[in-house]
Amino acid sequence: MNWEVVIGLETHVELATRTKIFCGCSTEFGGAPNTHVCPVCTGMPGTLPVMNKKVLEYAAKASLALNCTVTQYCKFDRKNYFYPDLPKAYQVSQLYLPIGRNGSVPIRLGSEEKVIRIHELHMEEDAGKLVHDNWIDQTRADYNRCGVPLIEIVTEPDFRSADEVIAYLEKLRSTLEYLGVSDCKMQEGSLRCDVNLSVRPQGSDELGTRTEMKNLNSFKAISRAIAYEARRQQERIELDHKRVIQETRRWDDNKDATYSMRSKENAQDYRYFPEPDIPPMELSDAYLDALRQAMPEMAEAKRERYQAQWGLSAKDAELLTSSRAMAAFFEETVAAGAAPKQASDWIQGEVLRELKERSLDVKEMIFAPENLAKLIGLVSAGRLNRGSAARVLRGCFADNADVEDYMRQNGLEQVNDAGLLEETVTAVLAENPQSVADYRAGKKKAVGFLMGQCMKRLRGKGDPKAVSALLNQKLEG
Amino acid sequence: MQELLSYSAVELGRLLRKGELSVKEATKAALSAIDGRQRGNNAFITVTGDEALARAEQVQRRLLSGEGVGPLTGVPAAIKDNICTQGVKTTCASKIMGDFLSPYQATVMEKLEQAGAVSLGKLNMDEFAMGSTTEASFYGPTRNPWDLGRVPGGSSGGAAAAVAAGECWYALGSDTGGSIRQPASYCGVTGMKPTYGAVSRYGLIAYASSLDQIGPLARTAEDCAAILDVIMGKDRRDGTSLDAPCGGLLAGLNPDLTGMTVGIPVDCFEDGLDPDVRKRVLSVADVLKGRGASIEEFRLPVMQYVVPTYYIIAAAEASSNLSRFDGVKYGWRAQGYEDLTDLYCKTRTEGFGSEVKRRILLGTFVLSSGYYDAFYRKALQVKHVIKSAFDDAFSRYDLILMPVAPTTAPRLGESLSDPLKMYLSDIYTVSVNLAGLPGLSMPCGFDRQGLPVGAQLIGPALREQAILNAAYAYQQDTDYHKQAPVAAEGGKRA
Repeated sequence: MNWEVVIGLETHVELATRTKIFCGCSTEFGGAPNTHVCPVCTGMPGTLPVMNKKVLEYAAKASLALNCTVTQYCKFDRKNYFYPDLPKAYQVSQLYLPIGRNGSVPIRLGSEEKVIRIHELHMEEDAGKLVHDNWIDQTRADYNRCGVPLIEIVTEPDFRSADEVIAYLEKLRSTLEYLGVSDCKMQEGSLRCDVNLSVRPQGSDELGTRTEMKNLNSFKAISRAIAYEARRQQERIELDHKRVIQETRRWDDNKDATYSMRSKENAQDYRYFPEPDIPPMELSDAYLDALRQAMPEMAEAKRERYQAQWGLSAKDAELLTSSRAMAAFFEETVAAGAAPKQASDWIQGEVLRELKERSLDVKEMIFAPENLAKLIGLVSAGRLNRGSAARVLRGCFADNADVEDYMRQNGLEQVNDAGLLEETVTAVLAENPQSVADYRAGKKKAVGFLMGQCMKRLRGKGDPKAVSALLNQKLEG
Repeated sequence: MQELLSYSAVELGRLLRKGELSVKEATKAALSAIDGRQRGNNAFITVTGDEALARAEQVQRRLLSGEGVGPLTGVPAAIKDNICTQGVKTTCASKIMGDFLSPYQATVMEKLEQAGAVSLGKLNMDEFAMGSTTEASFYGPTRNPWDLGRVPGGSSGGAAAAVAAGECWYALGSDTGGSIRQPASYCGVTGMKPTYGAVSRYGLIAYASSLDQIGPLARTAEDCAAILDVIMGKDRRDGTSLDAPCGGLLAGLNPDLTGMTVGIPVDCFEDGLDPDVRKRVLSVADVLKGRGASIEEFRLPVMQYVVPTYYIIAAAEASSNLSRFDGVKYGWRAQGYEDLTDLYCKTRTEGFGSEVKRRILLGTFVLSSGYYDAFYRKALQVKHVIKSAFDDAFSRYDLILMPVAPTTAPRLGESLSDPLKMYLSDIYTVSVNLAGLPGLSMPCGFDRQGLPVGAQLIGPALREQAILNAAYAYQQDTDYHKQAPVAAEGGKRA
C-alpha cells in the first residue's frame, strides 16, 4: 500500500525583546542560574504581571506577516499544571482569543508552490529550566528563562513531506528574522518545533491517529524524526496490524528514534481560564495600520526585485536574501556605488569565506559595505587586480581599515607600466623555452604556467589583461 | 491611656502634629493595649513592637521637620497578614506559608511608609482570606471584642477586632467577597472596599484576582477617607489598577446630602434577614433623609444569583492562584516524600486547612474540561448581568443602602458545621465585588444582645466620595461608631 504522511507543526519562537513579557528582567541567553529573575518572574506570592507592550507589537507584526486575521480584542488565559520549572504553577498563554488566526504561508519546493494554512498564533511565557545534578542526585531550577516571551505558531495539518516542513520553517525563520521580531536561533532554543504526524493510505480523506514529537533541536533532526516516525507508524499498521496510539513521543538524536513520553489517556487537563491579572488588550485599526506601514520588505520581495531591477540570477538573489543582515549589507554596498553583479560576486565569494573562517555572522561583521564598494571601485578602475583585491579585503576585514590606504601602505596597486610589463614577459619567455616550445607545438595550456610566472615576478600586482595580451602577442608573433 | 485609644486616626494625627503627644507615646499605648488584649482576642499573628518603636522615633523626626507630613503621619496601624511586608513574615494564616519572608514590599506598604505610618504588626485572618469568621486560621481563631464567645467575622477578622478593641487606630484589610465590610459590621467599626482597581493589589497574596481589593478598617468614615487618600492610585506594577484621579477624599468630605438619592433594594430586606438588623439598617435612611437625601425603594432581583456566581468565580481563581504553594520554592514543605508528586500531595494536604482545600477542589472542578462551560463560563455571564443590574440602579440612584450581613456576629464554632449556610450569609457583600463597586460598612446600632449592626452603602465605580460623604454625614448625627466594647478583655457593652 502507498502511504501518505500528514504533518502539522507547532512552532515556538522566542521574541527578541530586551526584557521579559511581564517584568523588567533581561531576556539575554545564558547567564548564571537565577540571575535574570525578580519576584514577578519567579511567581512570588502577591506579585502581578504587567504586559510588555513590545511583545504585543512583535506578536501583532508576526501575525500580519503570516497573513493572519488579528484578534483586535485579545486576552491571556492561564494554563494550569504543576511542575517545578513553572513557579506560578500556571503558564500565561492564550487559548480563547489568540492574537492571530487563519493565516497562510506560501512555500516553494523547486517549481511547485503550496500554501500552508496557519491555524493560530498566540503569545505566551516561557518556563524555567531544570538541571539534574547526577553527582549529588539533586534537581535544581534555573528561572532565568521564566517569562521570556514566546509566540506559538500552529499550522493546519497541511504538510505531506519533510521537505515541505523544512521549506516552511526556512520561510518562517526568514520572515520573523526580517521582521526583527526574533533571532530564530535553534541552537539557543529561540525556535523550537513540535511535529504532529499521522499516516494514511494514499487517497484517503480521513486523518489517521497522530503522535506529537518533541525535542527536535535542528532541521536535520526534524527531517530524520519525520522519516523515522512515518515508517514506525506504517510498520505498526501494516506489519504488526496494530493501531497507532495517540501520544507524545520524544526524539532521541543519538539513537535516531522516538520514544513514548505520555499517552493521551494520561494527558493533563490544563483547566484554562481567562487570566484575571492582565486586562484585555485592544488593538486599534490605526495601530495595526501603523504596523503594516512599517512592515519591512521581505526576502521574497527582495529576491524578485534583485532579479528584475539588477538582473541577478535566482540563485544569487536567494543567497543574498538568506538573512536580513546579508540583504542589508548587499543593498548598502550597491547604494555606495558598486555594480550589483560585482557586489553579489564579492559577497558570495570573499566576504562569505572570511565570515566562515572567522565563524562570524553577517550581523557581527565590522567590515562596512561602503568599504567593499570602494574596493570594487578600485578593481573597476584598474587600480587593483582581482587577486590583490582579495588580499586587501582580507587585510581590512577585521577592523574595517580603509581599503585604499591598505592598498597603498602594502604596495599592492596594480602595475600598468607598459615598459615593466614588456620587460617581465620577455624575461619569462626567455627563462622557459620548454613551455614556449610546448605552446607552439599546440599545448595551449602552457600559457597558464607562463602567465603565473609573469604574475609571480610582478608580485601579483600586474594588470592580468595587459600581461595576457602581451604573452599572446609574443607567443603567436 | 484609654482615652488616647478612643481617638479616631485623624484626631490622633492632629494631636501628633500639634506636638501634644509623641509618636512613641501613641505607639507604646497601642503596644500595651495589644499586650493586654491579644490573649483574649488573638487579633494579631505577628506583633513588631521593637520595629514599631524604632519607626516611631523616625517618624517623630519627620513631624518635627514638618516635611512629608500628612493627616496620618505617626498614627500606628496594623496590616492583614496577606499583604507582603519585607522583613516581617507574611503567613496568610496558613501553615503552608511557613515563615515566609517576602523579598519585596507591597505597594500599599510603600505608600503607608511614605505617609509616615507606624506598623504594629500583622493581623489574623481566615487562611488565604477564605472564610467569614476568622476561625479558619492556622494561628487560632480571633474573637470578637464585643463578646469573646463570638466570631469577629472574616476574613479580615483580626483587623476589625484590633480596631474595635483599641489595639491600633486603623488597619488595612482585603475584601474579596465582603472580607472588610462583614467583620467591620460584626465588630462595630467602619470599613471600606474601594472600587476594583482603585488600590494596587501588588503585594496582596491573591485569593480571587478579579475580586480582591485592599481597603481600610477604622473608627470613622473620615479615617477611611484619609487612608484611601494614601493608598489609592495607579500602580505601574498592577495592570488592573485604574488610571483615575485620586486623593482629596478627606478634604472633600461634605455632610450636606441635598440632592442625593439613595436607593433601597427591597429584595435585600426580605426573608432571612434578622429583624433587629433590618430595623437598624432601615433607620440609616431616616438619618440620611435628615441631611437632605431622598430615599426610594426598588427591586434588585439579581440578588438571588450572586452567591453561587461568586463562589464559582472566586474558587476557580483561587484554585489557580494557590497552586504555586507546592513546597518547592518557599514556605513549608512536608517531610518524608517519595517523589515529586508525593511532595506536592503531602505538602498541600498537610499544609492547607479544610476550608482552603474545599475551595481549591470546588475551583478545580468548575474549571475542569467538560464543566467549564456549565459553571465557569456561565458564572462570568451572570457576573455581567449583575454588573448591568447595578449600572441600571445607579442610573437612578447615587447610592444604595442595604445590610452587610443577615445577622450580627455568630458564636464561635456555629458556622463551621455548615459551610453552605456560611456561604449564603455573604449574600449582601459579594455582589459589590462581582460588580467591581465601592462599598462601605458602618456601625448603625446594636441588636437586642448588644452586638453591633452594620449598614452598607454602595456607590458607582470610583464614587468613593459620595459614599464617604453619606457615611460622614451619618456619623455626624449618630455616635454608634464611638461606642467601644466596655471591657476590652471581652464583656458585652454595658
